Amino acid sequence: MLAHILQNLPQVLIDGLTLGVVYAVVAIGYTMVYGILELINFAHGDVFMTGAFMGAVVLFIMMGLGFLSAMPALIVFLIVIVIAAIATGLLGVGIERVAYRPLRRKNAPKLIALITSIGISFVLEDAVRFIAELKTGNYIVTAPSMFNHKFNIDIHHVIPYFNNATFQGSFLVVLIVTIVMLVSLDLFVNKTKWGMAMRAVAQDRDTASLMTINVNRVISVTFFIGSALGGATGVLFMIQYGTIDPYIGFILGIKAFTAAVLGGIGNIRGAMFGGVMLGLLEMFAAANLSIITHGAMGAEYKDVFAFIILILVLIFKPEGLFGKAVVEKV
Amino acid sequence: MSALFEKLTQSKKNQIILFIAYVFLTGAGLFLLPDSTIAFLLLLFSILILYYLNFNLRAKWVTGIVILAAIVPFIASHSDSYQTYMEVGTLVGIYCAMALGLNIVVGFAGLLDLGFIAFFAVGAYSYAIFASGQASKFMPFGHYPLPGGTFWIFIIVGACVAAIFGILLGIPVLRVRGDYLAIVTLGFGEIIRILLNNMDHPINITNGSMGIASITPPNFFGISIGSSSQFYYIAFGIFLVVIYVVRKLENSKLGRSWKAVRDNEIAAQAMGIPLVKTKLAAFAIGASFSGMMGVVFAAKQMFVDATSFTYLESTMVLVMVILGGMGSVPGVILGAAVVIILRTQVLTNISNWLSSMSTDYGISIPPALSPEKMQLLIFGLLLIIFALYRTQGLIPHKNRKVDVELLKKESEKAALAREKATSGGTES
Repeated sequence: MLAHILQNLPQVLIDGLTLGVVYAVVAIGYTMVYGILELINFAHGDVFMTGAFMGAVVLFIMMGLGFLSAMPALIVFLIVIVIAAIATGLLGVGIERVAYRPLRRKNAPKLIALITSIGISFVLEDAVRFIAELKTGNYIVTAPSMFNHKFNIDIHHVIPYFNNATFQGSFLVVLIVTIVMLVSLDLFVNKTKWGMAMRAVAQDRDTASLMTINVNRVISVTFFIGSALGGATGVLFMIQYGTIDPYIGFILGIKAFTAAVLGGIGNIRGAMFGGVMLGLLEMFAAANLSIITHGAMGAEYKDVFAFIILILVLIFKPEGLFGKAVVEKV
Repeated sequence: MSALFEKLTQSKKNQIILFIAYVFLTGAGLFLLPDSTIAFLLLLFSILILYYLNFNLRAKWVTGIVILAAIVPFIASHSDSYQTYMEVGTLVGIYCAMALGLNIVVGFAGLLDLGFIAFFAVGAYSYAIFASGQASKFMPFGHYPLPGGTFWIFIIVGACVAAIFGILLGIPVLRVRGDYLAIVTLGFGEIIRILLNNMDHPINITNGSMGIASITPPNFFGISIGSSSQFYYIAFGIFLVVIYVVRKLENSKLGRSWKAVRDNEIAAQAMGIPLVKTKLAAFAIGASFSGMMGVVFAAKQMFVDATSFTYLESTMVLVMVILGGMGSVPGVILGAAVVIILRTQVLTNISNWLSSMSTDYGISIPPALSPEKMQLLIFGLLLIIFALYRTQGLIPHKNRKVDVELLKKESEKAALAREKATSGGTES
């Protein structure tokens, strides 16, 4: 049994890492908003999904204009991801304006903000669904494949315990782009003036506003960055997995949230780590659950696995692996 | 004109006359136009009017029950779409009870539960497994399916099983602060759904994604209950029980401690309210309503599978609570009725009308835009609009008021009486 698990390990690591970096970037969107507003932005998963669709739209338009064959794929990809990221970033700012800012002004209870975010997520899902269905007749969209060159790692020769692993060119693209995004975000938050303002607002909104920080603008910027990263990840998801539908955001959003909680919510580096770890754990479970339980449980339980991790973390270490425990004061 | 109307509606006698006239008119309307959904809905609307009239409470209850239990079924029975109307009625009853259950958790205790449909699923499956051949696949003893007479016992069993699940969910979740709760309950709902969908191996308990078919219909003293018009009375009966319980609970000690916990957990704890017990009670009682109706649902559909218990259904129950008004019992009932009627009647009717338009007049509306498919959009917008602009819902909840003057008078009277008694004692 152990030998079998070991054999699959390289492939599991590659698949898990791909999924993990996707979770990591989406988790950052949750964690940034939570850090500043103490609000679970349920709509974030659907912002990610909208990003994937916007990427598909731009890609189809460029294909229609003949750019895809004329230009190298990498440049097309960069244009697509930048346009999709800016569009979803603006969408995120719009969502904050329409749904959260009025509530903040009214000092409404947190429960209400959660409910509007659920509403926004529904509206996004259905709006994307009917636009896609109107244009293509089917809401499941298959994107034109890019970077589908297959690589083969011949690891079996070096270490005979392992089987060979394969991956697509898109895996490299996903990995490199997400790492660039994560590093630049980390630099942005820790080294720039805007990043400092963000951290100040997260720490204490009222005091920050006394220090001449425009709190509303900082919140808008946070939403822009979080949503733009989410949208860009959506494009990566589309390129890696090929088919997208309006309902991919929901379950992925919850798992990304799990990743954010795992790393300690409000903590950006923690969210990155949590995302990668959750991706690896999930792929490991999907590949080996049926071997470990002798066929009693199959890969279909991998979602349950993620939720159980979430519940366990919240019970035993609610502040997450890297978070600080906060005592609620009267 | 409006002043005249005001004057006319002020006196009680006029109100009674107008109300009876309304019921009579809409009833006659439904009687003469038996296939008109609008007439049916107008007749149901009389219940809402009744709520706003100033009769005494008992008269309102009796009139409401008479209208719903006798007048509506009697008039609708002349129509060809009798079973459809009663089906809608049954669904409204089922979802009202569920929404009242969720209202205890969200509205009274302030715990946002996004996996509420799981308890409904648990109730439905507990009847479905034992009232079909499914149980014989894993139970070592007994003969299955159980006879339809056991349905009545299973209503209680479903409530208990759902309450146990509610407590099971509650225990880990109570360590979690407010907004995490939403996501944990959501995860719990998904776990239950995935489990139900996959528990056909290694032991076949739920028959997996195939679902459980041919569930035995309930049996009432030898009468087999199979049609919607009969289930309507079952749903209505349970609904009345649920309303009674909720009404009693709302102003009880437990109800007041729920509201205290909702408004400020720490302050409530400082006042000596046991947090864990109070929250667990909310989860268990809310879940048990849902479980009971799950049993009814399974018996009515005669088939259950995991697709009836998705996240969308959970949020639909939440929409009912938000739309009606969190914490307000009449509001939640209205919310449930509005959502169900929108889903089952209004949207399908508009869709049919649009498609007939396209055949009759050549105005083509693409099928992607058919209102029936736009449920998510419509209910999403409703959630946003109500959360932003009318947080208190259609019928805002009212706390029971204490009449200060009356209390003062009473205490004065009591003090006087006491004084008299003591002074009288010294004289004699």
